[in-house]
Amino acid sequence: MTWLLFAMAILLLGGMAVLLLSRPDRNVSWLGAGSVVIASVLGCVPVIQVLSGGSVEAVRVPWSVPFGEFFIELDPLTAWFLFPTLLLSALSAIYGAGYLRVWQGRRSLGPVWFFHCLLVLGMMLVLLARNAMLFLFAWELMAVASFFLVTFEHEREAVREAGWIYFVATHLGTAFLLMFFLLTARETGSMDFNVWAEKGIQTRGLADILFLLAIVGFGTKAGFMPFHVWLPEAHPAAPSHVSALMSGVMIKTGIYGLLRSLTFLGLPPLWWGWMLIGIGLTSGVLGVLFALAQHDLKRLLAYHSVENIGIIALGIGVGLLGVSTGSPALIVLGFGGGLLHVLNHALFKGLLFFGAGAVLQGTGTHEIDHLGGLLKRMPWTAATFLIGAVAISGLPPLNGFVSEFLIFLGAFQGGAMLGAAGAVPLLALIAGLALIGGLAAACFTKAFGVVFLGEPRTEHASHTSEAGWAMRLPMLLLAAGCALIGLFAPVVVGALQAVLENTTGLRREVVRENLAAAAGPLALVVVGTVAFLLVLVALVLLRRSLLAGRRVEEGVTWGCGYAQPTARMQYTASSFVQPVTTLFRWLLGTHRQVQRPEGIMPANASLTTETPDLCHGNLYRPGFLKVNWGLSQLRRLQQGQVQLYVLYIAVTLIVLLAWKFR
Amino acid sequence: MYPESFIPLLLALVLSPLLLGIINRTKALFAGRRGPPLLQIYFDLWKLLHKGAVYSRTTTWIFRAGPILGLAAVLTAVTLVPLGNFPALIAFPADFLLFAGLLGLMRFFMVLAALDTGSSFEGMGASREVFFSALAEPALLVALATLARQAGSFSLSTMLGQVSGGHWLHLGPVLALVMIALMIVLLAENARIPVDDPNTHLELTMIHEVMVLDHGGPDFAFIVYGAALKLWLLAALVVGMVVPATGASWLDLALVMGGMFAVAVIVGVVESVMARLRLVMVPQLLVGAGALAAAAFLLGLK
Repeated sequence: MTWLLFAMAILLLGGMAVLLLSRPDRNVSWLGAGSVVIASVLGCVPVIQVLSGGSVEAVRVPWSVPFGEFFIELDPLTAWFLFPTLLLSALSAIYGAGYLRVWQGRRSLGPVWFFHCLLVLGMMLVLLARNAMLFLFAWELMAVASFFLVTFEHEREAVREAGWIYFVATHLGTAFLLMFFLLTARETGSMDFNVWAEKGIQTRGLADILFLLAIVGFGTKAGFMPFHVWLPEAHPAAPSHVSALMSGVMIKTGIYGLLRSLTFLGLPPLWWGWMLIGIGLTSGVLGVLFALAQHDLKRLLAYHSVENIGIIALGIGVGLLGVSTGSPALIVLGFGGGLLHVLNHALFKGLLFFGAGAVLQGTGTHEIDHLGGLLKRMPWTAATFLIGAVAISGLPPLNGFVSEFLIFLGAFQGGAMLGAAGAVPLLALIAGLALIGGLAAACFTKAFGVVFLGEPRTEHASHTSEAGWAMRLPMLLLAAGCALIGLFAPVVVGALQAVLENTTGLRREVVRENLAAAAGPLALVVVGTVAFLLVLVALVLLRRSLLAGRRVEEGVTWGCGYAQPTARMQYTASSFVQPVTTLFRWLLGTHRQVQRPEGIMPANASLTTETPDLCHGNLYRPGFLKVNWGLSQLRRLQQGQVQLYVLYIAVTLIVLLAWKFR
Repeated sequence: MYPESFIPLLLALVLSPLLLGIINRTKALFAGRRGPPLLQIYFDLWKLLHKGAVYSRTTTWIFRAGPILGLAAVLTAVTLVPLGNFPALIAFPADFLLFAGLLGLMRFFMVLAALDTGSSFEGMGASREVFFSALAEPALLVALATLARQAGSFSLSTMLGQVSGGHWLHLGPVLALVMIALMIVLLAENARIPVDDPNTHLELTMIHEVMVLDHGGPDFAFIVYGAALKLWLLAALVVGMVVPATGASWLDLALVMGGMFAVAVIVGVVESVMARLRLVMVPQLLVGAGALAAAAFLLGLK
């Protein structure tokens, strides 16, 4: 625990120092990034100890805030979330030092590093806090720090608007959390998480209400549909290293909060599992469909965060079904798959946002249809982005496959064992997760294919150079992480032992037995992977020996005899996904603006498509406009005349007096 | 791992191109032609392997890696699929997920290789390929979930053997629905009529053939062989559901080979008597396959 306190102190001091030392920018970047990296390395020491079975550590210090206590504890669940948080914080700090270099001299970088340190500190405190007041304080710290990071380029109007949407969304979520904490505190008479977990909520109805509050409150942060509206706005607006941090780990604090609150709520009824599977399927399928329809690379990635949060929700749903039906296999596979996907998503989504940032910085645009052929100019970014793309599509032999394998395995086992009430949602899960996987592969072949392959579509893409080493190194490390989790899947699954015991309350032997039952198949998956790699090497050698000494020529792409192809004739991102967007047009509501070619010698013809968010346009905008209208009615009371205000005061006093003497 | 596990592997490696020959022969018979020799695909492969190569200047290493990665993935998948009562080389609970994943990996890189050429033609094929396969994936996995529930086992090798054993008597409708779903998946995944037409190269209706338009020489040989293996594997799933165990391994072998060739003949017949569906109708067929599989699952709940 001393290590963690040290880490937090370094973040605080580093953040302050960055503000004081305003020039030169180069040193500011290195100081800011350095303190985050050092803090993360220090923080990882106890995290790894706890995950490998070390004892739970806690610190309690009195705090002057009413009902507050500085009570932090590092248990396996916290440690499991803290590990990717610290890892990605450090990598995004290194990446940021390179990424922000273009701003040097144009803008003071002190604030951005100050808020970066605060965001990491906030996330650490959220995960560690065991007192409701401290938790809410940390939750706010995290929200406010990330708001200022999102609005880094505040001179652009789109960024300001994105910032406000994020700010409003996160605080609406917090409002539900306040209710959650107040109701729980009233029921248990304490603000202490450990007391809550010990006593549990015994009233059935109250537990149901609390569950729904937690879904909305934490789901807003995590990005469950339909509370996801801020993600596709805020992630593209933020600087890329911040998008990686927010999408990779900050939204996972919502998942953490949900899991933590499940430990307070006692035995879940069957419908909780149904509900989470429903939310997971909605978020997963709609997330990937909207991602397919996007042309903005970072917006596309933001929608994929919604999709992956959906997959995590599916895992938790399987776990809850397991708890309700009393089958340890489902509990271990469901929660285990969900938790592992938290780590996996942090790795590949961080990697993909870093890649998108490198593309943005190299070309000046994240409009997919303006790019193309970047693989030749940015070989490192392309290769690592490709690894991230395969991983996020849930394909073997990388890490995304492993966590989805666990969730699928749980669903197949439950589908075979349980009665109709349990088997039907699991059947939906199997079909939905298969569809999500297929569509994700479609989306990432589009993203990688259109951005990195083919010919450059505009000037943006033809004059670029590879990102610097500070940006390349984090991408390489994350890509290696994706491959290693795939290759050492049984070991990684074994590491879930402590956190599953801690979260589910199952006995050690039960968890171990069920984890072993999952690790066995995964070991054979690894055998398959090794076989795949060996065959691959053999085929590479075979092809080389076949082509040795033969004529290998270069030419133009075969265009059915047409010899003058131009880059504009290539398939674009929107044409690539046209079959999908047409099939789901009733859902996506894509706006099309078509100018048809007319006449014998058509001059101008164009087609633009845009897919706005489903909930943003249909749910929140009308809702908020109504609220706005209602509040504007109150403006009649405020005329700016002092006499009138004095009259209001007098009237109020008279009314109060009358009420007193009634 | 049993010694007889090598039989499915060897048969797949040696005989898979023969299935394509049988399909073509069946189609020729229907059309009243003599048709190409049964071994034509072997001759084609031999010829392609002895050629040089021409690459577009637009392409990168992705284009060269696509066929190799695809063939490596499907060759790995061969070790996972049993043939009738001969178990696969590698069998473990939910091995079909790895099977589906490897086919997905193959597709991923074939699609990227197509996009690497920068040709709108190949982009078009790639776009349809990812779309249709995304819709075929749920049908495949739901069908397998139904089988897993009925067999009470999660590995292809035990699952298919148990289902064909005695379940057909009392679970006929369930298994028939699953089989239809798997057959549709087979046709879609292997780019056969009614989803795709393997005969024409240069029509705007193409999916698989247009994606591999720029490949030639040994690369194209890898693609053709990989496609033959994929057809073999999906046919083995369908056949495995039907062929019962007799106890005598030579009889088993004869039965299962007869089944495989029968599937090829059925594909050939379907191709001869049907036209390719309009592209907008294909999603309905695939979603229909998924619905059949889901109906089978629900029927089997009881």
